[in-house]
Amino acid sequence: MNSIPIEYYLILSAFMFTVGVTGVLIRRNAIVIFMCVELMLNSANLTMVAFSSYLGQSAGQIFVFFVMTVAAAEAAVGLAIIIAIFRNKLTVNIDEINIFKW
Amino acid sequence: MNLELIIFIVLALTGAISAVGMITRPNPVISALFLIFNFFALAGLYLLLNAQFISIVQIIVYAGAIMVLFLFVIMLLRTGEEPKLFSEKKHIKYFAIVIAVLVFVQLGYLIFYEAPSEYISQRVQQSMEAGTIENIGQQLYTTYMIPFEAAGFLLLAATIGALVLAKKNFE
Amino acid sequence: MNIWEIIIITVIKIGAILTIMLLTVSYLVYFERRISAWIQSRLGPNRVGWEGILQPFADVFKLLLKEDISPVAANKFIHGLAPFIAVFVAFSTYAVIPIGPDVTIFGYSIQLVVADVNIGVLYVLALTSLGVYGLTFAGWSSGSKYSLLGGIRSSAQMISYEVSMGFSVGGVLLMAGSLSPIAIVEAQYGWMWNAIVQPIGFITFTVAAFAETNRLPFDLPEAEPELVGGYHTEYSSMKFAGFFLAEYANMIIAAGMIVTLYLGGWQVPYIDKLGLGEIVTALMQVGSFFVKMGAILFFFIWVRWSIPRFRYDQLMNLGWKVMFPLSLINIVWVAALIMIFNL
Repeated sequence: MNSIPIEYYLILSAFMFTVGVTGVLIRRNAIVIFMCVELMLNSANLTMVAFSSYLGQSAGQIFVFFVMTVAAAEAAVGLAIIIAIFRNKLTVNIDEINIFKW
Repeated sequence: MNLELIIFIVLALTGAISAVGMITRPNPVISALFLIFNFFALAGLYLLLNAQFISIVQIIVYAGAIMVLFLFVIMLLRTGEEPKLFSEKKHIKYFAIVIAVLVFVQLGYLIFYEAPSEYISQRVQQSMEAGTIENIGQQLYTTYMIPFEAAGFLLLAATIGALVLAKKNFE
Repeated sequence: MNIWEIIIITVIKIGAILTIMLLTVSYLVYFERRISAWIQSRLGPNRVGWEGILQPFADVFKLLLKEDISPVAANKFIHGLAPFIAVFVAFSTYAVIPIGPDVTIFGYSIQLVVADVNIGVLYVLALTSLGVYGLTFAGWSSGSKYSLLGGIRSSAQMISYEVSMGFSVGGVLLMAGSLSPIAIVEAQYGWMWNAIVQPIGFITFTVAAFAETNRLPFDLPEAEPELVGGYHTEYSSMKFAGFFLAEYANMIIAAGMIVTLYLGGWQVPYIDKLGLGEIVTALMQVGSFFVKMGAILFFFIWVRWSIPRFRYDQLMNLGWKVMFPLSLINIVWVAALIMIFNL
């Protein structure tokens, strides 16, 4: 079977990573920025799974497993921080969260 | 055009379009919906890469837990739509475009300069064995025992941290 | 067996399962109404056909003829998409639940399951965790306070109970040493039913299944006295029927999973020792699967009319402070059993 070259996966992953970076820069809603970070983590996961599969080793997939653990922990803590900010400032727009103390 | 390539193109297009959709929709709930589509496309790509365990975990953890949590918070805070897609500040817009182009060009240059496909070709049989749940479980509890325990500890710390942060008046 | 025969057999299996599911769903509604009437000493629907036996069809026609409304404040696209998510998730789960042993028909050996996936249990967990999107999006897109509250409640409830559900399944997986539903059923040979070996896990899984299917006493997402109809307040006609269908299909799947994981699936204890023919044995085993499932479904209905609805904080406390520790204890219990008896 004529399988597809690994570059296809890598380019897709690079594209998704770039979209994630752009999202973090242009969006102003803290929750959406968080989702863009998740997108970047996922694009890195895709690269690791692709290499793991093409090299025939499971190390890359185990790394992805740990990345998912970290992503879950990050989502829990990050969303808790956003809720705490919202409680104080009544907004999650990062342009309005611009002072150290309130 | 073989079947694998067709499936790849469909999934890759879904993933790419939903990623773009996610950052361009002003409404955070729609953004979350697009991100869920993106995760599904990724789960499909993982299946194509013979990583069946990672594929199903992707759906359980990302689509089933993390995104539900995100939706819960979005709906709880009722943040509403962002008034403009690009903020009024022009320089942020130009800065974002420059950074994005730079990152993409750099990644693309790396990929094509290294050209990994010249010395890596897909090893179907080995990758089938590598992606099974038996193999991953075996590795996690032997070779990667300490990282695995550390990950568990990290989750415990995150749980306690989230509780402390989200509680109204924590005494 | 060449590829075309496999495809044809799979298509027949999918068709059979879908037909059985749709018929069971419509008659489950009828039986629920009759049984609840019986529990409350009333008559229940008994006019359409003999003893109301054609009531489901009358209900479907009534729903079809209703006007399809979507509110002005609604997000039209997602409002229409949500019921499809619910129905799709509910019906695709059934592919991995085995209803009987391998049988030989016309010289073909056929497994009585649509897809023998070797990570079948994870597949079911993944799909049930997606079912929440139908409810959450429905609640959000309706543009109504009550619906939004219902959607938020359903997402919080599902996440909380999924944890104890996953851990209860862990005990079953330890006993069987496999994630394939067929292997799990075969590991419960004789009286080694998981409900008997690990009763705590059975209880936590059943409670979690009640919460995941939004059945009373955990139907907080639609709690009609407080939230009118919760997430489906703004739905009518076929879109409402979609949610209705999905809810009852989810009940059937929950019953099927309870039977498969804890009540020995299609096994009848020691039936192979009786020396009956292969066809008779297989028929009795398939029959036993449906009898067990019917008993669980009756239990679902019985509980609905016996236990009042929980308050929301009670629901969360029960999930995190009672069910979660119990399911952990269950895993330790199963691990100890395996260590002592070398199972």
